[in-house]
Amino acid sequence: MGDIQLIISSSPHIRSEESIPKIMYSVIIALIPAIAASIFIFGVKALWLMVTCTVVSILTEYIFQKIRKKDVTTIDGSAALAGILLALTLPPGFPYTAAALGAIVAIALGKHIFGGLGYNIFNPALIGRAFLQAAFPVLITTWERPLAWLSEEVDAVTAATPLAMMKFDMKIESLSKMLTGNVGGSLGETSAVALLLGAAFLLYKGYIQWRIPAGIFTSVVIFGGIFWIIDPSKYPDPLFHILAGGMLIGAFFMATDMVTSPITYKGYWIFGIGIGILTIIIRLKGGLPEGVMYSILLMNAITPLINRYTRPRILGRK
Amino acid sequence: MRLLTFKHGIHPDYHKWFTREKGIRKTDLPQMVVIPLKQHLGAICNPIVNKGDEVKVGQKLGDNDAFVSCPVHSSISGIVKSIGPYQHPGGDMVDSITIESDGKDEPFRAHRPPQDISTLQPDEIRNIIRETGIVGLGGAAFPTHVKLNPPKEKQINTVIINGAECEPYLTADHRLMLERSEDIIYGIKAVMKLLGVRKSYIGIEANKKDAIAVILKGLEKEKDADISVVSMKVKYPEGAEKMLIYAILKREVPAGGLPMDVGVVVQNVGTTIAIADAIQRSKPLIERVVTVTGLGVKRPGNLLVKIGTLFSDVIKECGGLKDGARKVLMGGPMMGIAQYSLQVPVVKGTSGIVVLVDDELKLEKTVPCIGCGNCVKACPMFLLPTRLASYTDHDMLDKADEYGILDCIECGSCVYVCPSKLHLVQLIRLGKAKILDKKRGKGVKK
Repeated sequence: MGDIQLIISSSPHIRSEESIPKIMYSVIIALIPAIAASIFIFGVKALWLMVTCTVVSILTEYIFQKIRKKDVTTIDGSAALAGILLALTLPPGFPYTAAALGAIVAIALGKHIFGGLGYNIFNPALIGRAFLQAAFPVLITTWERPLAWLSEEVDAVTAATPLAMMKFDMKIESLSKMLTGNVGGSLGETSAVALLLGAAFLLYKGYIQWRIPAGIFTSVVIFGGIFWIIDPSKYPDPLFHILAGGMLIGAFFMATDMVTSPITYKGYWIFGIGIGILTIIIRLKGGLPEGVMYSILLMNAITPLINRYTRPRILGRK
Repeated sequence: MRLLTFKHGIHPDYHKWFTREKGIRKTDLPQMVVIPLKQHLGAICNPIVNKGDEVKVGQKLGDNDAFVSCPVHSSISGIVKSIGPYQHPGGDMVDSITIESDGKDEPFRAHRPPQDISTLQPDEIRNIIRETGIVGLGGAAFPTHVKLNPPKEKQINTVIINGAECEPYLTADHRLMLERSEDIIYGIKAVMKLLGVRKSYIGIEANKKDAIAVILKGLEKEKDADISVVSMKVKYPEGAEKMLIYAILKREVPAGGLPMDVGVVVQNVGTTIAIADAIQRSKPLIERVVTVTGLGVKRPGNLLVKIGTLFSDVIKECGGLKDGARKVLMGGPMMGIAQYSLQVPVVKGTSGIVVLVDDELKLEKTVPCIGCGNCVKACPMFLLPTRLASYTDHDMLDKADEYGILDCIECGSCVYVCPSKLHLVQLIRLGKAKILDKKRGKGVKK
């Protein structure tokens, strides 16, 4: 009995089954309803756009890590997730080559320049999207009519997003269309029901913080609501703000990115509220119809600061 | 009944089924025991026997006049074979007394006759506790008579008895509550009399309903003592002193302070039994209940083991190790200490011997923190474990100190939930040690 080799290590000696791949693949699973909805609404080219972004993301990570002689971690699912999320923020007719370029920027500049997963300051998918917005401003705002593939007409494909209609035409889209996704928009941001389904799964699993979307929605309702009460003919109601554009996918799937969001309870609220306020400002007063992306990126930037000033009170201390 | 609890914490797999139904059984008389001269927090004892001396069961082997220290006694009768450094389950070498049994198990005669708390003065009770070598049996092994001797300015108004037993696998306290409830109540009354305290609580995790029932039944006879049983939520680390006090009284032990700073003394259930044994039966602390368990043990059980019995002998009593046994812990899997040898003795603080097997011990690759915040949500002290570990890693000790690293109770909850498989507690321990060294002016250890 004395001759067996015993392992010694520091306590604790047991760990939960939690792991990064488990988290990442759970988020990907949670996106399946949104992925399916986008394919249904925009046709098979939506699928190809997502495949392009995902494959290029994984390849970029692989090559980057090989060049830097680091362990290749593409298996952890985070690059694939960034690729899928990027694709979901793109309009359905977006050229594959441009999308691939976005994926390269997302992974290379959004993630690995900083040292890879865990060290990045900004949400990689949104970095990719921000780059594409700057590089291809026309392409990225060319929207297609939803369910065009069901229609008899072959052309006549462009359509405005609800936000653009609100901003430039003073028209408010119907709620039922926005809930189901029967509106113009990016691949993954159109169907509210599909996004909520995935969000419910992640909340149940505990992989996203309810406080972040709660903070976003609270501030959107209050801040957007103030404008609406002042002049309902000019400004949309709060529910419109929540269902329109990238608000839902942003609140549940982008802002909740673990790496780039705070780690404290108070921090979650501040982060969420900040995103909400910035989004309303950009949507109602800025030059762009949509502001969720920039709001999240801006709040990403101050996340370390939020963490520093929202440390919980240690038990037994004042 | 609403279950009491603290905030945060984790829900590990409890694995108590191995031994929860197994009654306490006495082990065979060991042929040899090794009694370390230090089995407590505080000053090491000086030996008061010599090599070659004949010693009896319960005879004092070492003592020290220091304020924080505690005598050790022989657990068997026999001959002192050697006095010198021996491996201690705490990890280092400690001067120890090796005794070879004469097989007679002969008691030491110099005991005073059994007494009763009704006729004893507080000081006399404290003296009995000191002389019988009682330390906290929950694991930390702080000398009990010191704990029960608070400075005058600290008014103690509540005694809390810790029956939470939140460490996975361990069932020793559970069995003691089932089998020795009378002695527990007697011990509590002794502590209450000693401290002049009128109120006490026994905190028991709700997964031990049978123990709660037994203690409640025992308390029916105690009309004049204000002792309440409180059910605690099953959550780790419910039994950590600061968590237990917060859960029951909603009082926060100040940072760097002790329970007595909020008027509380906490005792483990096993300790109360040792106190009852000492007073009623003049018995020094020479044996304790040890849960021997885990997938690596052939016949898990709760064993009454003589202090000084080697781990190898205890495991032999349990049918030996199974194939694949690869890690032997003193204590539970959350805070226990991994042993490099089975030739270490059971000491007063040995609450369990847990043996884990290969399958449970896959070494997982550590990857960078992804900021999931799981550790923040788990930490019962409301620290930011990932920041503390990272500051230590980057040698930013001032920052770590500012972020409260010294308040860490090393419960391991953060490590348990970390998806990046980081060694948070190990780093935090390192950081704490470096900071304490620095504060003591010894400079930073590299």
